Amino acid sequence: MSVVSGPGQVTAAASDDRSVSRGGRLWLYALAILVALSIVRVLSGADDLTSAGTMRAAIIAAIPIALAGLGGLWSERAGVVNIGLEGMMILGTLGAGYYTYYQGVWVGLAGAMLFGAIGGALHALATVVFAVDQIVSGVAINIIAAGGAGFLAEVFFGELEGGGPTQSPSLDRPPTITVPGISDWSGDLAERGWFLVSDLAGVVNALTETMSSFTILGLVAIVGTGWLLWYTPFGLRLRSCGESPSSAETLGVNVYRYKFLAVTMSGVFAGFAGCFLALVASSGYANGQTGGRGYIGLAAMIFGNWRPGGLLTGSLLFGFTEGARLRQGGESVHALLLLTGVALVLLAGWQLYRGHRAAALLAALVGAGSLWWYLATETIPDPFTEMTPYVTTLLVLALFAQRLRMPAADGQPYRRGQAG
Amino acid sequence: MSLARRVLLGATAPVLAFAVAALVTTVVIVGAGASPGEFWQVLLSAPEARYYVSIVNSAAVLYLSGLAAAIGFRMNLFNIGVEGQYRVATFAGAVFAGWAVLPGPLNTVAAILVAMAAGAAWAGIAALLRVTRGVSEVISTIMLNAIALSLVAYLLQKVGSREGQTYVTDAIPRSAWVPSIPLIPGEISQVYGLALLALVAGVGFSVLLRRSRFGFDLRATGESESAAVASGVDVKRMVVWAMLLSGALAGLIGMPELFGASHAYGSTIQTGIGFTGIAVALLGRNNAWGIAFAAMVFAYLNQQASPLSIEADISTEIIAVTQGVVVLSVVIVYEVVRRYRVRLEQTEVARALRQQRKEQGVAA
Repeated sequence: MSVVSGPGQVTAAASDDRSVSRGGRLWLYALAILVALSIVRVLSGADDLTSAGTMRAAIIAAIPIALAGLGGLWSERAGVVNIGLEGMMILGTLGAGYYTYYQGVWVGLAGAMLFGAIGGALHALATVVFAVDQIVSGVAINIIAAGGAGFLAEVFFGELEGGGPTQSPSLDRPPTITVPGISDWSGDLAERGWFLVSDLAGVVNALTETMSSFTILGLVAIVGTGWLLWYTPFGLRLRSCGESPSSAETLGVNVYRYKFLAVTMSGVFAGFAGCFLALVASSGYANGQTGGRGYIGLAAMIFGNWRPGGLLTGSLLFGFTEGARLRQGGESVHALLLLTGVALVLLAGWQLYRGHRAAALLAALVGAGSLWWYLATETIPDPFTEMTPYVTTLLVLALFAQRLRMPAADGQPYRRGQAG
Repeated sequence: MSLARRVLLGATAPVLAFAVAALVTTVVIVGAGASPGEFWQVLLSAPEARYYVSIVNSAAVLYLSGLAAAIGFRMNLFNIGVEGQYRVATFAGAVFAGWAVLPGPLNTVAAILVAMAAGAAWAGIAALLRVTRGVSEVISTIMLNAIALSLVAYLLQKVGSREGQTYVTDAIPRSAWVPSIPLIPGEISQVYGLALLALVAGVGFSVLLRRSRFGFDLRATGESESAAVASGVDVKRMVVWAMLLSGALAGLIGMPELFGASHAYGSTIQTGIGFTGIAVALLGRNNAWGIAFAAMVFAYLNQQASPLSIEADISTEIIAVTQGVVVLSVVIVYEVVRRYRVRLEQTEVARALRQQRKEQGVAA
């Protein structure tokens, strides 16, 4: 019983010993990736690959994915699979568009979260209260949200100046933050083309010059969620609903209430993600703006092994491929082929050494394919650069899905009194 | 439980679901400040004779799409990628038929087989990722949808020829066209000949699921995977086969229109059928008759919605809300009815036991 009620033991039980070094390792990985990117940039001459502009685009692309993934984290940690994130994100874009137009950015953010929460509450009603299949409910919510947003967009924006039946007028942007001094200095350095130094400066510049306040809020939300779910009694109870709801029930946790709350919060964050898309990544609401990012967010969360740090890493990976594609798409993605090719060939060797022959074969095949493609061509046609985030998602899941562990009762419908 | 009660319970679910959907739709329309009266008038007015033809055409296509989704759903395999499989398959079929390597009807048959194979292959990627690498088919099929979109767009630019702003594949030779069926005498619009594929597929689906070992294994895996494994079902093999079949069925979706009307694959191809098919399958409870009913309801709604924006000044998108709510409320209402039925049975059994004990007590 004390596992749930004693906060001291909660921290002991919740944080495993590796988490301290995990943070350190994350930084090492990040540095290693930057070194690799830098080598590729120098070798391939794709100078835009790690420029401040690309890094900025990458961050802007990564945050909505991460926020959607965060929504998924809340829901799945409480044991409810949430395919409906995409729909809740769509509702978020609509809420952001409507409320920002009339009442400004901050009310817009609240409105987006509210709209997202409505979607989340609907999913909770279906999956928690009525215990229907979670994927079915998610699919239905995506249909309802897409249709509802299309319908309401025409009602909201159809008659407005500068708007239309499928898009809002252009909207105010959230305030941006520039750190004077560092931004100029890193901007200069980033353009020199020096090995590693310039790449690092690109990242620093993206973080210090005209960074959106919503980006900071998003990062705070991720760190805050990590703290709340892993270092508080509330978090332990919530996660216990995703691991073993009947045990949680026997310890006096109101499983229904926790699940309902978690799924609704999931909608709140998906709504935030939608808001980010509408206000930061573009200049207003448009139909079909989400483009499957809710699903990519879900994939980022899976890749991140149902953890906040992991999902942020995954989102940055997907965000980077998208940022690179949006800028000098053909050239940058072409350079990425070289990186992917070499990385996969190395991975194939490692997997073979470990005795995983199937994984080694897959990695070797795809790696050789990328290398061949890199050498045989100069640039990549647009339709292929469009595929990059999706192919990356598939590839990453194919290579890492087996090492992951999802919450034990994730996806299973729960009825009170099941424990018998 | 008496028969009358059972029938009543069975009928309650769909009726209630449609009532909920109607209510929600009305509330949304009122909330948006439009007139629900005009909406229902447009929606429920009898369609003109020629529109029946397009309802039948659209229902046939949705039926194929629903079947494709349902075959996976029956074993809890969520193939969300019907849309992508349909695109890839229709493109492959159109290109093959456009080459005209075979004469006349042989070309048609071969092209349909090519389309099925292409759809199956595209779905097969997700199946392989699932069984060899443990990647959830939900995520992988969604990603494959997006990839299919870009891939087909790229290939169309390579293979097709420019026509104004868009690209189209080579036209299918006239000898391979499939003649349409005049449903209503004297009308110009006719039912696609290959709409009959829907009938064939429906019968095939029923027979396969109900009368074959494969179908039994498939249903068993869906009901209880552990029980299926215990009785010797190779679940991985079932996943691969179910996915391939689902993809092959998805390959048929584009055929009626390809051989009946468009005769080439262009950028104007109808989008979203694969997604609607998922809703149709869910509404139809994944069985052949239910899906047929659902496909007709959806086709009717889509057809009736098209004059909405002109006659009632309401965006046709509202129909998607109605359709989505129908699907969600159907699954919820079925769950509620199921629970009610279980409780009813339990009380009946309890009463019977009490009765028996009382009688025994009297005898002793």
